[in-house]
Amino acid sequence: MSETKKFMYLNRRPPYGTIYAWESLEVVLIGAAFEQDVSLAFLDDGVYQIMKGQDTGEVDMKNFSPTYSALGDYEVTKLYVEKESLEERGLSIDDLMHLTWEDEDEDWAEKDSIQVVTRAELAKLMDEQDVVFSF
Amino acid sequence: MSILHTVNKSPFEKSSMASAMAHAADGSAVLFYEDGVYAATKGTSLSDTVSSADGVKLYVLGPDLKARGVAEDRLIDGVQVVDYTGFVDLATEYDKVVAWV
Repeated sequence: MSETKKFMYLNRRPPYGTIYAWESLEVVLIGAAFEQDVSLAFLDDGVYQIMKGQDTGEVDMKNFSPTYSALGDYEVTKLYVEKESLEERGLSIDDLMHLTWEDEDEDWAEKDSIQVVTRAELAKLMDEQDVVFSF
Repeated sequence: MSILHTVNKSPFEKSSMASAMAHAADGSAVLFYEDGVYAATKGTSLSDTVSSADGVKLYVLGPDLKARGVAEDRLIDGVQVVDYTGFVDLATEYDKVVAWV
């Protein structure tokens, strides 16, 4: 078994208008099979990816937002959302989906996956990674 | 000659919205769709650019709002929601369509 590396996926685009958000999610799910230390960061327009209440029924596109709820099952439990990006868009954490994971070590206690971090904190988190993927 | 300006890019990522608003004369209209719908939301760092438009009608495409989970109560005051048929109606109502892609 090779050494575990810290992988961070940066999500900076809104969903649907381009393929970036969906592609990122696909790569994250594929990468999750390799048992690395994975985290996702949502910043800039990427915060729009996890807005709650998405309904693509009238635009004839796949609503992939429920997939974010499945990340916890793939042991992707660290979703960092940048505070300043939310604020610039008039959003708060209440406008985002409630994403959780179950902690095996604590009798499957449900825990929040989303952590709101400042730009400075996110910069530090990026610094701690071995690999940063940008979408 | 009245113009319907259309904006389909996020205002945070591209200058399409800012340019469209800067060129929207009295009597014209601006329609936000696809990722452009975020420009029609209030309380953002860019809302003032849209809300301060004088004599310019503002529209947003409803299906694109819904897809992105943007509730209508988030819209800047005065922005009207249209459906696809409404989009076509606007395109015929105005003399020209200028797409800020």
